Amino acid sequence: MRRRLRRRFEPYILPRQNRAICEDPARLGKDGAAATGLMSLRGENGRVPLYRDEAVVLRTQKLGEADRIVTLLTRRHGRVRAVAKGVRRTASRFGARVEPFSHVDLLMYEGRELDVVTQAETIEPYGERIASDYGRYTAGTAVLETAERLTAEEREPSLRLFLLVVGALRALAEETHTPSLVLDAFILRAMSISGYEPALDSCSRCGAVGPHRFFAVAAGGMVCAEHRPGGAVTVSPAATALLVALLDGDWTVADAGEPRTQREVSGLVAAYLQWQLERGLRSLRLVERG
Amino acid sequence: MYEGAVQDLIDELGRLPGVGPKSAQRIAFHLLAADPVDVRRLVTALTEVKERVRFCSVCGNVTEEEQCKICRDPRRDVAVICVVEEPKDVVAIEKTREFHGRYHVLGGAISPIEGIGPDDLRIRELMSRLADDTITELILATDPNLEGEATATYLARLVKPMNIRVTRLASGLPVGGDLEYADEVTLGRAFEGRRLLDV
Repeated sequence: MRRRLRRRFEPYILPRQNRAICEDPARLGKDGAAATGLMSLRGENGRVPLYRDEAVVLRTQKLGEADRIVTLLTRRHGRVRAVAKGVRRTASRFGARVEPFSHVDLLMYEGRELDVVTQAETIEPYGERIASDYGRYTAGTAVLETAERLTAEEREPSLRLFLLVVGALRALAEETHTPSLVLDAFILRAMSISGYEPALDSCSRCGAVGPHRFFAVAAGGMVCAEHRPGGAVTVSPAATALLVALLDGDWTVADAGEPRTQREVSGLVAAYLQWQLERGLRSLRLVERG
Repeated sequence: MYEGAVQDLIDELGRLPGVGPKSAQRIAFHLLAADPVDVRRLVTALTEVKERVRFCSVCGNVTEEEQCKICRDPRRDVAVICVVEEPKDVVAIEKTREFHGRYHVLGGAISPIEGIGPDDLRIRELMSRLADDTITELILATDPNLEGEATATYLARLVKPMNIRVTRLASGLPVGGDLEYADEVTLGRAFEGRRLLDV
């Protein structure tokens, strides 16, 4: 029994000098993740329990008296769930750093079920700016929920999605575009990198080059008049142009869209996302549309 | 596994927050060994809390009457309302003895990711209270976290056309803490809200 326990805990017991390296943030290089310190650990203990990564906080849940479980989208480790201990106390050293929307630099160690956050440094506190406006807050929450749902497996790296989330949060915080447009552009591009890109230029059934007038969520995008299935809806030419602009990131066209067109596009994007995810998004219902 | 009543008790206790299977077992055996009078007192307390306690018709705080003690108190300032998320927050603010107005308990904060929108909170009730001309100040005392901040901005925007002073609790450094350990957001807010030291 004792032997088994020892084996289980051994990786966490670091030699004194290495522990000093891990606890001192100044000695952890910006990108090298304490390369020298941890490399020597690898030799001594067989595996590396500590790791450092950049992450965006997607969601927080209360745990016990003062802890929180944070769901993170990390740059190199995909979606990770971790415990942040004691962060609900007002005297917590990093409580405000692990709030949703925060872009943070974290030092964590692998736990059996959940990892544990031991240090957090803010890279960009998007939450403050986003929560100061209700429209931005609701659109931003939908960005986070979409990102969480599109990462089906934990610990499956998805750098492009991570960069897309950071870009969307920055656009929301800097108020460069209408919040609901940022959300729709994010959803379209996030789905496209996850393998659900909607067909916009040509018919999704026969491939005939458009522009077409019908959109069918079940068929995977625009369809021509001939292959139009039962549930297809008619889309205005302006909405089709806006969809293309949002997917391509052509903001001069996207920003010039009429509010009516924007609402039409939001409806299509929401329907398409929820059909592909096979489940509704809770936050989408509450997004404030301009 | 135990038989009948003992196992039933352990199962029920195990459903309480923060009580795991081992703690549930320990509590169950403590009750088994305890004096019947003590156990009866616990049983009475449990039934009474469900039978007698309800929510104040004005502010939404827990009470045993139609209105809570604070709403009934004629010495409280009727012109100021302090908005909080939970009844627990009322107790926390009362302990400071700084506030002499009345409260409004929302029952949570706006959290789209949990599916909680403005319609799920007691915001409509708050608006009808504010329609009365006597109210001059609304203090937003929701939690200083993301959901709480968003709820505060939502309420501030809603109340703006009503000609009522809307204030938000200050954020800053915890008393008794170290400056170097404060996070950037809190320290930034503390700078923003610094005040003149008039000696």
